[in-house]
Amino acid sequence: MDFNLTQEQLQIREEIKKVCKEFPDAYWREIDSKKDYPEAFVRKLSELGWLAALIPEEYGGTGLGITEASIILEEINHSGGVATVCHAQMYTMGTLLRHGNDEQKRRYLPKIASGELRLQAFGVTEPNAGSESTRIQTTATRKGNRYLINGQKIFISRVLQSDLMLLLARTTPYDELKDKTKGLSVFIVDLREAKGKLEVKPLDLMINHHTNSLFFDGVEVPAENLIGEEGMGFRYIIDGWNAERILVAAEAIGDGRWFIERAAKYASERIVFGRPIGSNQGIQFPIAKAYANVEAADLVRYQAATKFDRKEKCGAEANMAKLLASEAAWEAANACLTTHGGYGFAVEYDVERKFRETRLLTVAPVSNNLVLAYLGQHVLGMPKSY
Amino acid sequence: MNIVVCGKVIPASSVTIEIDPNTKRMVRKGVTHELDPAAASAVEEGLRLAEKHGGTVTLITMGISEVTIGIRNALAMGATSAVHILDDAVAGSDTLGTAKLLAAAIKKQPFDLVICATESSDSYSGIVPGQIAHFLGVPPVTFAKEINVDGTKITIKRQSESGYDIVESMLPALVAVSSGINEPRYPQLKGIMAAKKKEIKVYTAADLGLPADQVGEKGAREKVLTIGRPPKRQAGKVVTDEGEGGKQIADFLAEIKVI
Repeated sequence: MDFNLTQEQLQIREEIKKVCKEFPDAYWREIDSKKDYPEAFVRKLSELGWLAALIPEEYGGTGLGITEASIILEEINHSGGVATVCHAQMYTMGTLLRHGNDEQKRRYLPKIASGELRLQAFGVTEPNAGSESTRIQTTATRKGNRYLINGQKIFISRVLQSDLMLLLARTTPYDELKDKTKGLSVFIVDLREAKGKLEVKPLDLMINHHTNSLFFDGVEVPAENLIGEEGMGFRYIIDGWNAERILVAAEAIGDGRWFIERAAKYASERIVFGRPIGSNQGIQFPIAKAYANVEAADLVRYQAATKFDRKEKCGAEANMAKLLASEAAWEAANACLTTHGGYGFAVEYDVERKFRETRLLTVAPVSNNLVLAYLGQHVLGMPKSY
Repeated sequence: MNIVVCGKVIPASSVTIEIDPNTKRMVRKGVTHELDPAAASAVEEGLRLAEKHGGTVTLITMGISEVTIGIRNALAMGATSAVHILDDAVAGSDTLGTAKLLAAAIKKQPFDLVICATESSDSYSGIVPGQIAHFLGVPPVTFAKEINVDGTKITIKRQSESGYDIVESMLPALVAVSSGINEPRYPQLKGIMAAKKKEIKVYTAADLGLPADQVGEKGAREKVLTIGRPPKRQAGKVVTDEGEGGKQIADFLAEIKVI
């Protein structure tokens, strides 16, 4: 058993840290206050190839594993930034890579690797189908050599910052299906040239994730943009869930470390009643406890990532990593806010911004309740709980 | 054009430097290292020249095994290969011993141009580049703010107190670059991955033909006698502006010979 990162992984960590230093707290604070998109940051990462980490070398990427990709995203959040703004560019292409045909891969992957094309939107969730993805109602109807898309999606991020979007749509009516996990298909929608009416309505949310409602009214997608087999789309998106959960766990761990470092520093410097507030157990212990929990979650994250990279089954570990890391980060966020007192609510301290950001990770991309349901049913063999 | 860059890998800026009271040397063992930012500028300058004129860039450094990460950093930036002088016997070398070792390693490579930082960011002696040039028998051109190569001739803008001197030299030559000559590039992720496949030659003092009594602590002619903290900063002078504050400040600056 070796708990140490390789020299190469350590170097990746150090180098991404250096890049992130160019984008300090003030950069992210301004982006957040104006609800802007951190274009300069994303462009820089694209130019340096960081977002092509998971794309195989033959398509212009570096062909690294989930472990390395998770280190990159962790360090973005650890630096005070928000990996969410670009993480999808890193892994959304996984569905295309695993299930797309050679022509699709050759057409899109090299340009995604170079950053020339941005694929960082995935349209799955609908107003009437959140966690229950098999209930989506948006339809894709075949008409000759194209599909016509009609319906509505919600909470779809970065559509306005993408050239391409993956879309899950129904190609067989729900009632006609014996196997309810079938009948859904995945398409590549080229947002630059999509014909028909696609309305993108930005949502005003607690977090600045450039999230939208989408309304499709006869949007045309060429039949050649269907990924894999028609009707197999739900299976294809499930294939990407473990990777996503491990990466989100790493982002939460990055957040957790940020909160703990800020809290420990402030607790050691802030003098009240003639001594640092960190000399009070009421302040110090919650920070120490959150630290222990972040470190524990990190071990499960690396276990999940290692298994994933060895192509071993890792559903349980990936889900546990996401659960533990998001909860540990939230615990650290609360300890940090409490430590800072009133200043924790002041925008210029950045705690409130990160606090809002990290809260999302207990809810998305999958609710922690559904993670527990998975563990209870599929790992422990108990009856289905929902 | 074959370019050799002599660059140091030093304790990372995040590390709190400690001095060993017995050896009076910086504690380097077990400490996180990074390519000296001054050396990164020298590497960057070498890469830009090689990109413009063709050729190779070889980094040469001396240090303990912890410096490998900095060597990899230079390779990730794009350096072609690296040479690492790694030998317990060279610990405690003074500037002259260091220059002898580096010059001997440079001589093992084909070279047209040697680029160094003006001084390292951990010991700031600033005399090693001149000493290397001496042992190589090439002209040292220092404080370069800009380098231009034209065939076998090199022209630099040499920073001076009042502006720039334009200095020409024939190649081969050694150029010491000033800080701020460029903004070193970040390595691309592909560069980081490619770096692990690039060659790092490892030499000992014996490999370089230098007997043990000429290098390291034994061969050092300089000796650090004591190390102390700098004196505490004196209290500043407060100027109250009652109509002639500007004059008082001007007088003060004239007094300390800034103007």
